Amino acid sequence: MNSPLDSTVLFQIGPVQITQAIVTTWAIMAILVIGAFALTRRLDLRPTRRQAALEMMVATLDTQITETTGAAPTPYRGFIGTLFLFILVANWSSLVPGIDPPTAQLETDAALAVLVFMSVIWFGIRAGGVGGWLKSFAAPNPVMIPLNILQSLTRVFSMFVRLFGNVMSGVFVIGIVASLAGLLVPIPLMALDLLTGLVQAYIFAVLAMVFITSAVEDGAPSPPNADIAASPTKKDS
Amino acid sequence: MDYAPLASIFCAAFAVAFGAIGPALAEGRAVAAAMDAIARQPDAANTISRTLFVGLAMIETTAIYCLVIALLLLFANPLLA
Repeated sequence: MNSPLDSTVLFQIGPVQITQAIVTTWAIMAILVIGAFALTRRLDLRPTRRQAALEMMVATLDTQITETTGAAPTPYRGFIGTLFLFILVANWSSLVPGIDPPTAQLETDAALAVLVFMSVIWFGIRAGGVGGWLKSFAAPNPVMIPLNILQSLTRVFSMFVRLFGNVMSGVFVIGIVASLAGLLVPIPLMALDLLTGLVQAYIFAVLAMVFITSAVEDGAPSPPNADIAASPTKKDS
Repeated sequence: MDYAPLASIFCAAFAVAFGAIGPALAEGRAVAAAMDAIARQPDAANTISRTLFVGLAMIETTAIYCLVIALLLLFANPLLA
């Protein structure tokens, strides 16, 4: 059985090895971009069924973002929505025979987590300026500076290990059961895998949102209004 | 006889087995508490289950860490290289 930590190299372009995960990732990106482009060409004030379905997805996303952050969803919709949709499609791409989900590879998850890490910095600086962002490391008092720096690294690390572990273990278990038992036996496990994929995509997006919100709120000079500041947030997750 | 492969396989099995106990108990407690909360306040079911899912993912991470350690022992063992 192949090690889940290795990746299959399909071909090489110069010194760059193109693995199966990269090809799948680009295929998913192409599908998402072309799909989004094609579906939003003809938008109308009186929605067709297709447009209504799309609007429902965006509205659900907005509701989730608002409930998690207590803020307006507009600045985060693009990043969080793309993150969620990409991870969801990537997790479910294991349903296509012969395709391993790219999120079952360590590199893809690490790249996604690095994206979240940089977006936390970006949104934090945008909310409070460089000074406010740096000052947020000294909250609640300067003794916490090393711990806060450590926390901002470890939570990103645990995020990508979580995604990798969940998706990879699903693929791995299905592989083992299929090699032991036979054709139809892994189907319940694959159904469970669908649920895991959905939950993990959701959790990745929610955690990214929570981290961004905590950076924004820590860095902001003063909260714009009282009930956002008073709303309970999960800062120490 | 070289005991390193044998020991790694045993340790991998023990890591997963014992690493699963804690998260299993913890997730049981978390779900029970969430059930209790939903029974008391059915209106807040959405918020509770969202928080529950995030919390379960956090708890599950410890088990996943054990799994990763086991896989490292089995497939990327520095002692066996």
